[in-house]
Amino acid sequence: MYVAVKGGERAIDNAHAFLAEERRGDPAVAELGVAQIREQLRLAVNRVMAEGSLYDPDLAALAIKQARGDLIEAIFLIRAYRTTLPRLGASRPLETAAMAVVRRVSATFKDAPGGQILGPTFDYTHRLLDFRLAADGDLPVAPIGLVPPMGAAAAAVPHITGFLNRDGLIETDTPGDDSPPDLTREPIKLPGTRPLRLQALTRGDEGFILSMAYSTQRGYGRTHAFVGELRIGTVEVEMDIPELGFSVCIGEVEVTECETVNQFKGSKTEPPQFTRGYGLTFGQTERKAIAMSLVDRALRWKELGEDDTGAPAQDEEFVLMHADNVQATGFLEHIKLPHYVDFQSELELIRNLRAEAMAARAEAAE
Amino acid sequence: MTKPSAELSARRGWMGLLARAAPARLAALMPADLPVATLLRAPEIGAVMVRGRVGATGAPFNLGEMTVTRCALRLDCGTVGHGHVQGRNRDHARHAALIDALMQTPRAPEITAQVLDPLAEAEQTARSARAAKAAATKVDFFTLVRGEDN
Repeated sequence: MYVAVKGGERAIDNAHAFLAEERRGDPAVAELGVAQIREQLRLAVNRVMAEGSLYDPDLAALAIKQARGDLIEAIFLIRAYRTTLPRLGASRPLETAAMAVVRRVSATFKDAPGGQILGPTFDYTHRLLDFRLAADGDLPVAPIGLVPPMGAAAAAVPHITGFLNRDGLIETDTPGDDSPPDLTREPIKLPGTRPLRLQALTRGDEGFILSMAYSTQRGYGRTHAFVGELRIGTVEVEMDIPELGFSVCIGEVEVTECETVNQFKGSKTEPPQFTRGYGLTFGQTERKAIAMSLVDRALRWKELGEDDTGAPAQDEEFVLMHADNVQATGFLEHIKLPHYVDFQSELELIRNLRAEAMAARAEAAE
Repeated sequence: MTKPSAELSARRGWMGLLARAAPARLAALMPADLPVATLLRAPEIGAVMVRGRVGATGAPFNLGEMTVTRCALRLDCGTVGHGHVQGRNRDHARHAALIDALMQTPRAPEITAQVLDPLAEAEQTARSARAAKAAATKVDFFTLVRGEDN
């Protein structure tokens, strides 16, 4: 129960001033600029954009600064801000096959056409603290490689799962031009469609999606996933402009895309073939994209005629209703706010029950 | 769908280039002698829902929004220019709309040389530099001699 109470304004104002001071930290240390966060904490910015569900690196950096580095708080700020924006429309679906890739690896095909491009990755680093970063160490210069002639670069990197498609060894997705459900406009309706699930997963909490994916690897709804392809790069965003009558490019976004190839023994309706899981996220966010594709695949058990093993990652309601960290933190953290009247009634109840129990005991003792 | 005419595809090309341009760079390239323009739609900041496809080729789904600023204006000669640009910079959208309008007038060659060509070059340079750094991380596999084959 919520009852409006007054009082505490001065305490609240002072608490916020204290917060502002703590945010700034020691004034003898240079203040962090939003541009510095945008450029140097880019993976944090990417996570805030992906889960805040709004691609705008400057805003995400500002939110991180305001939230003192609490990324869920920053995501909350971005979600709140986006509700103030008018929706100008929806883009055409991204053509990820035309991505200008900076990273592209496959765990299934060594000699994939287009090659394996490691890009700016933490993989193969030793995970030893680099004290040069604390001591203004010299920056290594990224070497330059040979690039195919202009314009050819993007087209030269076809999707790897396409090769398996040719032999019918892997399921194909049916293209559709239906306008997909949007959970920011209508509450999630269950059972959901795959487009609805993917929207919920791509904006879901990285930690939650990661744990769900990990649980499938450990045997709770196992799907035997290989990373068929993981790619990171920029894609142009195109939108139809009604007043012009044609579509234009309105910008470009960096995305991470993961396609898993999963073992599938076949079912009553489907022949044995590989099946797929899909992950697509804003920014360089590959842990999230891989996790998303595993959870996507696990949630497809019904459509593929697989057994429901009762695993959490197969439970659409469980996954979709608990993936959003803004919803989760809102409900979790509200219990620290005043519940004086609620608690008063609980207190009253306990006192009455105790009085009754005491009286009964006294009676029995007589 | 009808095949877009050369004119249309050229316009789509410069509108995209203007949308992707760095706002400061475009502002610096704006010609000094700009004509008077009437705003048909004052620069407006909004969000566009970006969509992906299930499995890259299947049905569309909503990936998340991006910030976009749009603007429309009319020159005294009646030419209408539109700008739809990424981000929240109102001047960026206004500049883009103005250049779009001017590109439909006889000043097009001059605007191409002064504004669009430098923007295209900057974009190409940035893309090539990034692609070159990525290319340097391409893996060259080689197979060691296998023991059992000896």
